[in-house]
Amino acid sequence: MTTQWQNAGSTEQLAPGQRGCLKFGDAQIALFHFEQDVWYAVQNKCPHKNQNVISRGILGDKGGEPKVACALHKNQFSLNDGKCLSGDLESLTSYPIKIEGKQILIGLPK
Amino acid sequence: MVSAKFLELLSLSEARDLYTVEILSAEPTPAYDRVHLSGLFSGQGEKDLELFSPAWYKENNYDLHLGEEAVSLDRANKTVTASSGKNYKYDKLIFATGSAPFVPPLEGLTGDGIFTYRDFTDVEKIKTFGKSKKTAAVIGGGLLGLEAAKALKDLGLGTTVVEMAPRLMPRQLDESAAGLLLSEIETLGIKVRLNSHTEQLAHSSAVKSFIFKDGGFLDVDMVVVSAGIKANDQVAKSADLKLGARGGLDVTPNMVTSDPDILAIGEVASFEGQIQGLVAPAYEMARVAIETLTGGERIYGHPYLSTKLKLLGIEVASFGDALAETKDAQVVSLANQQAKTYKKLVLDATGSAIIGGIFVGDTAQYFRLMQMSQTGAAIPEDAASLLVPGSFQSGGGTSLAFIPNTAVICNCENITKGQLIEAIQKEGITEISELKAKTKCGTGCGGCQPMMVDILAEQLEAQGIERNTDLCEHFSYSRTELFGLAKKENITTYAALLQKHGTGKGCEICKPVIANLLASAWNLPVLEQQNIQDTNDSFLANIQKNGSYSVIPRMPGGEITPKALIELGKVADEFGLFVKLTGGERVAMFGARLDDLPKIWAKLVAAGYESGHAYGKSLRTVKSCVGSTWCPLGVGNSLDMAVTLENRYKGLRGPHKIKGAASGCMRECAEAQSKDFGVIATEKGWNLFVSGNGGIIPQHGQLLATDATKEEVLKYVDRFLIYYFRTSDKVTRTSTWINQLEGGIEHLKEVIINDSLGIAHELDKDMQNLVDQYKCEWKLALESPEKLATFKTFLNTDLQDDSIKFEESRGQKKPLMAAIV
Repeated sequence: MTTQWQNAGSTEQLAPGQRGCLKFGDAQIALFHFEQDVWYAVQNKCPHKNQNVISRGILGDKGGEPKVACALHKNQFSLNDGKCLSGDLESLTSYPIKIEGKQILIGLPK
Repeated sequence: MVSAKFLELLSLSEARDLYTVEILSAEPTPAYDRVHLSGLFSGQGEKDLELFSPAWYKENNYDLHLGEEAVSLDRANKTVTASSGKNYKYDKLIFATGSAPFVPPLEGLTGDGIFTYRDFTDVEKIKTFGKSKKTAAVIGGGLLGLEAAKALKDLGLGTTVVEMAPRLMPRQLDESAAGLLLSEIETLGIKVRLNSHTEQLAHSSAVKSFIFKDGGFLDVDMVVVSAGIKANDQVAKSADLKLGARGGLDVTPNMVTSDPDILAIGEVASFEGQIQGLVAPAYEMARVAIETLTGGERIYGHPYLSTKLKLLGIEVASFGDALAETKDAQVVSLANQQAKTYKKLVLDATGSAIIGGIFVGDTAQYFRLMQMSQTGAAIPEDAASLLVPGSFQSGGGTSLAFIPNTAVICNCENITKGQLIEAIQKEGITEISELKAKTKCGTGCGGCQPMMVDILAEQLEAQGIERNTDLCEHFSYSRTELFGLAKKENITTYAALLQKHGTGKGCEICKPVIANLLASAWNLPVLEQQNIQDTNDSFLANIQKNGSYSVIPRMPGGEITPKALIELGKVADEFGLFVKLTGGERVAMFGARLDDLPKIWAKLVAAGYESGHAYGKSLRTVKSCVGSTWCPLGVGNSLDMAVTLENRYKGLRGPHKIKGAASGCMRECAEAQSKDFGVIATEKGWNLFVSGNGGIIPQHGQLLATDATKEEVLKYVDRFLIYYFRTSDKVTRTSTWINQLEGGIEHLKEVIINDSLGIAHELDKDMQNLVDQYKCEWKLALESPEKLATFKTFLNTDLQDDSIKFEESRGQKKPLMAAIV
C-alpha cells in the first residue's frame, strides 16, 4: 500500500494545544497541534460507541506517552500508535504527518 | 407477600429439593407488594408492585395456581380442595392466607359505594367509582386508613377520616405526636373526625349519611373501610385447627399450628394471641418456617415493631414501646411547634436504655435510635441530646461505635452489621451498589441505606485503604491543596500551575479539575483556556451520545415571559431541535450541530437569554414554586428569592454541579431539601438547608439556619459555597463533602454563622469578587471571531458532519444511532 500525502492546510490554523478535524471524502481525521511543532493525526471515530468525536477530546500524556481522551467517555488512546491505553478497545488508525514550511501534509493509504 | 418471601428463602435453601411445591392463590395475580398499594393511585401499574414474575416461579419449579382458592381442608387425608374442585395432596401445608379487612358490624355498612382497601381489585373499584364522586369518608385513622385517605385525596375527593379513638394512629402514636400529625393532615385539606362512634350509616339514593353517637352526622358519596384486619382463617377453622383469641391460627414459636404438619405464617398466624400486620414480623415468620421444615433451630420471639412512613409528605415513625406502657418507663421528648416536629424517646426505668420512640416531621434520627434500642446500647446520661438534630452527623460523633456487630441493620432482609462487614472484607466491596447486590441489605424499604453508607465508609477507612489524594500522575497535590496554591500564588492559568507545581503534559483528569478550581477561584472566562476544559465546557454545550449538543438557556427561578418563550420556540423550530423540559424548571433543546451552536446562541442572546451553564460543574438552577406571589397557601416569596439566588450565583463553577431551590411554604413543592442549598419560607423568614442531594445516594439537606432574613440567607449561602470551594476534594457534591467534613453541620454552623475560624470576611469578599466577575460566556464567545472559529466541525470544509443523523419519534427528532457503523 502506498501513501498519498493530502494537504491538511496551514500550520497557523491551530495554535499549540488546539484540536481540529479534517474531512477527506467520508473519512474524518482528528488533527492535534499537541505542543509547539508537534502534530498528530488519528481517526476521528472512537471505536467505543463509533461516534466522530475524538477531535474534541482532551490531550495529555501517560508516563510520557502522548495521548488523547475521548470527549464522550474519556477512553484514552496513544497518539504514537493509536493503541487504547484505558482498556481493550480497538486501536485508532494513526496517520503520518509532514510539515513542509507552513503546510501540513497527512499521509493517507491510497 | 409473606408467601413470596417464604418461596424466595426456600429457593435459596439447601432443602429446596426435598419438596415439590404447589401454591394456591385466590387472587389472579402472583404475590405483590401490598405495602405500596397506594402507588396504584399515583400512576404505578400492577407490574411495578409484582414481587416475582411468573417466569421466576417457573424457573424455581414452583407450581403456581392463580385464581385457585383453597376452600376446604381434609386433615385426615392430607388434602386441600380448591375452588375449581380439584384436590391437592400435601405432606406439609403452609397457611399464608393473610388477612381481610375487618368490617365493623354496623348497620348500613354494605352495598353500593362501600369499599374495603386491601388488594388490586379494591383499588380498581375505588378508582372507578370515585371518578364521578366528590366526597368520601374513611373509617379508621390507623396506618392503612391514612394511606387510603391519601389515595382518595389523590383522586380529587374531599376526604374525611372517621376515627373512634381520641387520636390518629392510636397504636403507634401518643397524644402529642398524633396531635401534630392531625394538624399537618388538616392543613393539607383532609378532614379528621375523632372520638366518632358511628351509630348508623343511612343510605338515601347515592348519599351515605353517618349518624354518630354524639348526635353529629356526615354526608358522603362513598365510604372506605379500614378499621383493622381479621385473619383469613375460615378454612382452618372448619378443619378444627386451634385459633387464637382474636382469630388466626395459633402457632408455636416454630410457626407450627395445632396440627404438626401444618404451619402458618404472616397475618393468618396468631402468636401469643396477637396477629401482626407488618412486613418485618411476617418475614421473620417465613424465616422460622423454613428452618422448621429443614431441621433448623430458629424460633420466633417477640416481634420488634417499628413503622416508618411518609403520609402526605409528613414523616412519621415509631418503634418499640412507643406508648411508654412499660412499668416506670421514662420519657424524653422534644416538641418543636415552629418546625412542626415531635420526637420522643421512651427509656427503661433506670433511664439507661432506649425501649421505644416516636418521630413526627423529622425522622432523621429514627433509624439509629431504633438500632440502639434493639441492641440495648448504652446511652448518654443526657438522653435528650440524642434528639437534637445533628447528634449523629458523620464525622462528628461516634455513633457507629454504639452498634455491635450483631445488630440488625436491615430489618426487611434481616442483615446484621457483622454480615455487612464480612461481605465488605471478603468481597472487597467499595461501592454501596455492590454491597446491596451481594447482601440484599437495603433492598426492601431502603431505610437502612444511610447506615450502610457509614458502615462501608468506616470499613474502608479501617482497612487502611489509604486514599491517595494526588490529583493524578501530573500533580502530587489534592484538589484542595491546588486551590490553596492557586489562590495564594495568584495563579490563574493551567499552564502556570503545571509549570510551577506539576509535571508532564497533563491529562483528562487534572485539566478539567484545575479548569474548575481556577474558575472557582477567579471566575475568568473559560474559553480563554479552551483546551483544558471538558468538551462540554470547551463548546459551552452538553455533548450528546451522537456528538450533537444540547442548548439550555438560563431561566432564573423557572420564570419566563411569553415573548421570550415564543423566541425560544422559534429558535428550536428553525434549527430543528428536540425540546424537553428539564428537572430544574427550564427548557432544553437537543440535537444542535457544533456549527450551529453560535448561530443558535446569537439568536438567544439577542432575545435576552444568557448561558444556563448546564454544561459545567457550575450553578445549574434555583428551582422554585410560585410562593406567596400566587399560591393561596404561600408563606414567603419563594419566586423572588429563587430569582435573586440564581442571578447571584449564575456562572459560578465549583468542584461539582450545584443546585438550589426555594419553597414558599413547608409543603416544599420546590424540593429545597434535596438541593445543595435550599430555603423554605417560614412565618418569620427562611429555613436554610444545605448539602442535600438527589442522585445516586439521595441525601436530605441539613438545617443550617432557621427563620433567617433574605440578607442572612445570601450571606450564609455565600460563605457555604466558598467554604465548599476551598475545602472540597475533586468532583465532590456538597452532600459527600459534608459527610466527610470533620464535625459536619455543627462545624459548618460554627464557621458560617459564628465565624469560629475568623474567615467569614474573606469568604464574603471572595464570593463578591466571583459575583462581580460574572459575564455571560456565550455573549463573550459571540464577540470573538477567534473563539467562534473553534465551533467549525471541519478545518478544511464548511460542510456539516453528515455522519450525525436523526430519526423521528413522537413528532420530534432523536439520534439515529444505526447511522454510524
